[in-house]
Amino acid sequence: MSKKTTVKTGGKAVAGKTTKKAAKPAAKSTVKTSKKAAVPAKKKQSFGGLSEEILLRMHDLMVKSRVLEERLIKIYKAGEAYFWIGGPGEEAWGVPLGMLARKGFGPENDWLHLHYRCTPTMVAMGMTMIDSIRLMMNRATDPSTGGRNFSSHYCFPEWNVAPVTSPLEVQYPIACGTAQAQKRVGKGALSIVTGGDAGTAEGDFASCLILASRKGQELPVLITVQNNGYGISTPYDGQHGETHIADRARAFNIRSRVINGNDPVETYLALKEEMEYIRKTGKPSFIEAMVTRLYGHSSADGANKKPALFDPVLSFEKRLIDAGILSEKAAKKIWEIYETEGVNAQEQARQEPSPTPESVWDHVYVNNENADWRKF
Amino acid sequence: MASIAQAIRMALHYGEENMGVKDIFGQDVGAPLGGVFTATQGLQTAWNSTLDERGIIGMAMGIAMAGDRCVAEIQFADYIFNTMDLLKIAGNTLWCTNGQIQLPMVVMTPVGAGIFGSVYHSHSFDAWASRLPGWKIVMPSNPLDAYGLMLSAIEDPNPVLYLKSKALMRHKGDELIPGEPVDEKELKAMIDKPVQNADGWKPRWPELEKYMVPIGKGKITRAGEHITVVTYSRMVHLCDEIADKLAEEGISVEVIDLRSIYPYDWQLIKSSIEKTGRVLFVNEDTEVTNFGEHLAYRATQELFYQLMARPRVLAGKNLPGIGLHPNLEKNSVPQLHDIEAAIREVVAEVP
Ligand SMILES: Cc1ncc(C[n+]2csc(CCOP(=O)(O)OP(=O)(O)O)c2C)c(N)n1
Ligand SMILES: [Mg+2]
Repeated sequence: MSKKTTVKTGGKAVAGKTTKKAAKPAAKSTVKTSKKAAVPAKKKQSFGGLSEEILLRMHDLMVKSRVLEERLIKIYKAGEAYFWIGGPGEEAWGVPLGMLARKGFGPENDWLHLHYRCTPTMVAMGMTMIDSIRLMMNRATDPSTGGRNFSSHYCFPEWNVAPVTSPLEVQYPIACGTAQAQKRVGKGALSIVTGGDAGTAEGDFASCLILASRKGQELPVLITVQNNGYGISTPYDGQHGETHIADRARAFNIRSRVINGNDPVETYLALKEEMEYIRKTGKPSFIEAMVTRLYGHSSADGANKKPALFDPVLSFEKRLIDAGILSEKAAKKIWEIYETEGVNAQEQARQEPSPTPESVWDHVYVNNENADWRKF
Repeated sequence: MASIAQAIRMALHYGEENMGVKDIFGQDVGAPLGGVFTATQGLQTAWNSTLDERGIIGMAMGIAMAGDRCVAEIQFADYIFNTMDLLKIAGNTLWCTNGQIQLPMVVMTPVGAGIFGSVYHSHSFDAWASRLPGWKIVMPSNPLDAYGLMLSAIEDPNPVLYLKSKALMRHKGDELIPGEPVDEKELKAMIDKPVQNADGWKPRWPELEKYMVPIGKGKITRAGEHITVVTYSRMVHLCDEIADKLAEEGISVEVIDLRSIYPYDWQLIKSSIEKTGRVLFVNEDTEVTNFGEHLAYRATQELFYQLMARPRVLAGKNLPGIGLHPNLEKNSVPQLHDIEAAIREVVAEVP
């Protein structure tokens, strides 16, 4: 495996030269983004009434998530990981979700049953870059799986983030189970479930709609689908008789809507409203978010940016700059800071231990109770 | 004496009263029916799930993930097959999360033949289940073990699959469950829902006590010197019957009721084979890639030089299903005469 770290030099997505520790010094200067005086006031936009603080926070996290995903792809391309799958292009959906979730442990807090495109949500919840990179590079220090699973297969029990598993759609009925426990406790917490459009053809998706909506036994589940128009190579058209996936929820009397998941403001407002509804009523709600698969399905189809597609991070950044909320200079600095953080994290993760061969027997059963029949 | 169905019901009651069980659910598990074998009648936390096996297992995983104890039922093991990958995930969740997420859930399901249940009410699941690392698998043969294994299953922090023989649901044992009234009519009056005028009926539960059968521990049901027969669930009774019959001829058969498929009680099997030098494994799942084959393999590997005869496996024939007509069923899963013949053959073998 290569021991070089590919460094991006600025805000633009230019793959830069390969150096080992070049990016380190740049990280020193932390820059405040709110130098209002330097920002020329331009077009007034309403941004749905969201505060500048929220808008800037969203932008910051969206950039962080994008830089992290691009770092993961570079790690893959450098031969330092076996596979990449993730969520660049879904930042405008995932970041507001992570910001709005009631984060914490136990049934008083929200549960998140995510799929493999949810790096933006995890970043918004506070996952550090290095923890994602440790997972990507199968380090023993990977907090999610200890080097056992693919990239983006996050698990953070301290925040009620359920393990991401590869079999599509199984998270949907599981979310109904955590919602059952939350409902029992009655503290207004909800279970959030995410997944792709193609996967909704699986029976588990229907299981969730049915379980969550039984009359008198409704469950506090926020059922969501991120519709990027594809399942690997198969386009949406030709696989669906329903106009919108969201229409399926209506048949179960589940409140339902389709949103532009490329717009963080629309997403934030919609999520906030639906979460409040669920917390108040204990009933499910459904959101289909239209999103962009900006880097293709996974490393298996190249993981290259598709220039023709809408980029929710760059476009939101432009909106903020045009509105005078963010300066170009400050924006550039944010990209640089996260780039440096990513490079350093990769360097560090590389030094960290690998899982040992003997550790395969760990955690088959609780408390490492013997799993090896040879030793019974 | 309680039947196995009553024993399970009492164990579940004990579980919801004393061990934090909050959901007992599955198809027709709640009122009014209380389960197709009445094993969940009158329980406080029992409820009817949707008719969706994957929904049931998925929901159980979520409840367990959130830290609550639950017991989920698949109405017949014949209908568990579409949950296979969820069972796999439940079994690998702790491992995939490097020890972070525990799923303390119990899934119970009726298994096996013996009641002329035709193709889709006769499937076994023990061999399939033995290929689900991360799960513990138990298979009781009598009411006391059914009670004690259920309490152990509920208490265990891992997912536990509780396979209950359909044919044994009405089977009564010869040992009382701690707290069970001596008079079985009294027990029936207390905890069986009346067939008529059941409106407003509530069970009166006996003062049950905690009684655990440790998972992974087998039991010798017949002590013997000439051959070891390792079996579980319904087949225990057939093997015991043949052991009693052969004892009259001076053939001394040791029968082991394994009780747990995984982890299994190798030490008990091993010490018995070391004594007898001969072993037969009996179960009713299909014979190719059968759990008994694993045990026979292990016996061959570890005890080769102590064996006086080739280890044998007597299991269900490798057929796509169990046909309804008695001629068909009886020629598909081991019968008394098959067990007797196999024991005689192993005992007669000269090294
Ligand atoms: C049950 C199952 N079948 C097949 C696969 C292989 N697979 C992985 S991703 C994928 C496409 C999923 O498409 P979609 O649900 O739209 O999500 P997206 O990847 O587009 O976000 C497939 C078929 C799988 N992981 N799980
Ligand atoms: Mg898709």
